[in-house]
Amino acid sequence: MNVAGPSFAETFVGQLVIVTSILMLLLNLVPLLIWLERRLLALWQDRYGPNRVGPFGLLQPIADMIKIFMKEDWIPPFADKVVFVVAPVVVVFTGLMAFAVVPFTPGIVIANLNVGLLFFLAMSSMGVYSVALAGWASNNKYSLLGGLRASAQMLGYEVFMGLSLMGVVMLAGSFNLREIVEAQRGMWFCIPQFPGLIMFLIAGVAETHRVPFDLPEAESELVAGFHAEYSGMKFGMFFLGEYLGITLISAITVTLFFGGWLGPWLPPVVWFALKTGVFVCGFILLRAALPRMRYDQLIGFAWKTMLPLSLLNVLITGAVMLATK
Amino acid sequence: MTAVFYVASLIAIVATGMVITRFNAVHSLLYLIVSLMAVALVFVALGAYLAAVLEIIIYAGAIMVLFIFVVMMLNQGPESTRQERLWLTGRMWVGPGLLALILSAELIYALGSNSAHLSKGAVAEPKDVSLSLFGPYFLVVELASILLLAGIIGAFCLGRREYLGKEAPKS
Repeated sequence: MNVAGPSFAETFVGQLVIVTSILMLLLNLVPLLIWLERRLLALWQDRYGPNRVGPFGLLQPIADMIKIFMKEDWIPPFADKVVFVVAPVVVVFTGLMAFAVVPFTPGIVIANLNVGLLFFLAMSSMGVYSVALAGWASNNKYSLLGGLRASAQMLGYEVFMGLSLMGVVMLAGSFNLREIVEAQRGMWFCIPQFPGLIMFLIAGVAETHRVPFDLPEAESELVAGFHAEYSGMKFGMFFLGEYLGITLISAITVTLFFGGWLGPWLPPVVWFALKTGVFVCGFILLRAALPRMRYDQLIGFAWKTMLPLSLLNVLITGAVMLATK
Repeated sequence: MTAVFYVASLIAIVATGMVITRFNAVHSLLYLIVSLMAVALVFVALGAYLAAVLEIIIYAGAIMVLFIFVVMMLNQGPESTRQERLWLTGRMWVGPGLLALILSAELIYALGSNSAHLSKGAVAEPKDVSLSLFGPYFLVVELASILLLAGIIGAFCLGRREYLGKEAPKS
């Protein structure tokens, strides 16, 4: 959508418009995603899902929002109050910050950083604190166990998440996400970097702690894990952060492996939204299809299988690049 | 950018002070994270974007998570806070404070004598940093990797379960 044009987009007002509209879009996308997830899960499980409030149940998220705002915002007396309040803010903040480097179209990107990819990795690694601190500050043994699990899990999966993307960086020769998209004009990186794609998707699911990696909030053993003590809008913030994370991982996957906004006929922003939407639905399908992993399998899988494989991927990519040069 | 530099530096100093004076271990770690992020911002102000992002990924995002992990796993509760309060008495400040004072005096003297070093240099592109790492400083990179490898092997040997299992029946 190049209505703004590069000259307008570069002015201060243009930047402000872009930032505000992306922020509004993301925050309004989350209720829609929650509705989409419930409807799709219902479809795949032969149920109806929310279908009473408004056409196709589309107004259900609004009813949920009203409910969540009306609930008592309870801070347990035994909790560490400041940390308890700050923890849910962190996940939303890092999620939104990471979107700053995502190029939606050639013209629409908030911060065209030359270390954009690393910025995304930095923000996703800061997101760990939200879960870990929420678990600790709740001062509840189930929450603490959830926080412990989350920090060990996210640390393990972060390491090979970064390494799995290095193949893309080597092929594109840049950390800048816009240049990475431009480098895919001939061929999307999902073909030469197929192992990297699979590894990144696995790491992405683990980073957002979704099924089958949702051990930090495994309700059958940990009540609700790290957010057991949270209620009202503070719980809503964790929800918001989770869906922002899903959208972010999908958007980054599209940018790095599926040519971002590139595509014939349709305008770039439509291509970007379509591709991202497919991956968001993929996340939901995973939840409908897979059971939860066992914790020792989860950690062993990250360190013993994925880390060596991602290193091997970097090695082979480098060797092939050197041989074909 | 000069304003960014000074504000970030001030935050780093204040946060580091708070790290030392907090009685609760997790609160100290939180201030340490803030301090590391402020240092990353100082790197940004000086044009070293790669160093800034790596500071956040490695120090704030990985090493500090391990610290938090350990503190959470020990989960000492209010007892350790009370103990910390007993340890951090007025007399404890004299020795380290004196040494820090000498260091800061030296630093101010060094900065005052040639302030040209503080001036903002050119922006360091990630490619330039990588080329110099794997060019003139290749030997240092290799030495560091050998050191890390030794660390990994050491950690592996300490954490190996069969090893512990074999020891147990003998004794």
